[in-house]
Amino acid sequence: MTDAESKEIKVREKKELTTPAEQTRPGLVFTPDVDIYETDREIKLLADMPGVKPDDLTIDLKDDVLTLMADSCDARGDAEEDVYTEYNTGKYYRQFTLSEVIDQEKIDAKIKDGVLWLSLPKVEKAAPRKITVTT
Amino acid sequence: MIYRTSFGVPAWRLRGPFEELDLIRRQMDRLFDNLSDKSTSRMSAGVFPLINLTEDIENYYIRAELPGVAAGELDIQATANSVAISGERKTDNEGEDVRYHRRERDAGKFSRVVTLPGDVESADIEAKMENGLLTVTVPKAEKAKPRQITVS
Repeated sequence: MTDAESKEIKVREKKELTTPAEQTRPGLVFTPDVDIYETDREIKLLADMPGVKPDDLTIDLKDDVLTLMADSCDARGDAEEDVYTEYNTGKYYRQFTLSEVIDQEKIDAKIKDGVLWLSLPKVEKAAPRKITVTT
Repeated sequence: MIYRTSFGVPAWRLRGPFEELDLIRRQMDRLFDNLSDKSTSRMSAGVFPLINLTEDIENYYIRAELPGVAAGELDIQATANSVAISGERKTDNEGEDVRYHRRERDAGKFSRVVTLPGDVESADIEAKMENGLLTVTVPKAEKAKPRQITVS
């Protein structure tokens, strides 16, 4: 019934980070919306980061903590004056603690249309070995 | 010059005298959001996507953040003094055997009409979609551009 047609997307304000560590340059910091899901082989993370180019993005994985940091440039030209403003631009920052052990060599990240696709493959469990006993 | 502000850290020159009021308003909004369940939103049209409208002498610029929407999926139409932006934002449903930890990104249809404050040349409107940011450049009509009047 109502599942057949897509619903209207609701408007939400961008979520601001309320207690960040202070930035060296003043400015707003937002937390990007993410989808995280897990398959048997990997953890996949998708983050909405509009206006972020691949150069502006920093992804860090240290001690099981994944940190996403990005700089979104203000696309306004110099001579432009604001007429009506509904959203602000700023940096993006979000941290996650990962529960699984991740194979760091095979982490794959790509950003397309302002959406970050991060693929974190899990470490393969050690294959079972037979241990032969020698006399 | 560094100004001392009421909230937050001393800042470099803020954009305009009302920036600090905006900062205070945002913090009060957050305070009230914590006390009550419904969220206070600033006075926007309440329609997705949120837009920023700027202008210079030649053009109006409409910017909207639409991550995950490809350029081909957008439908932009222009009339005498308004621009209609509509489309659908999809999130992939990855299949049956996945376990979701978080699902925060929204999907659905959107449609919004932006009425511009002056007359425009609707034949020359350009739209560009880059990194999830849509920029629509709307040239002003000749008679709407400011003209220098010399005083003799």
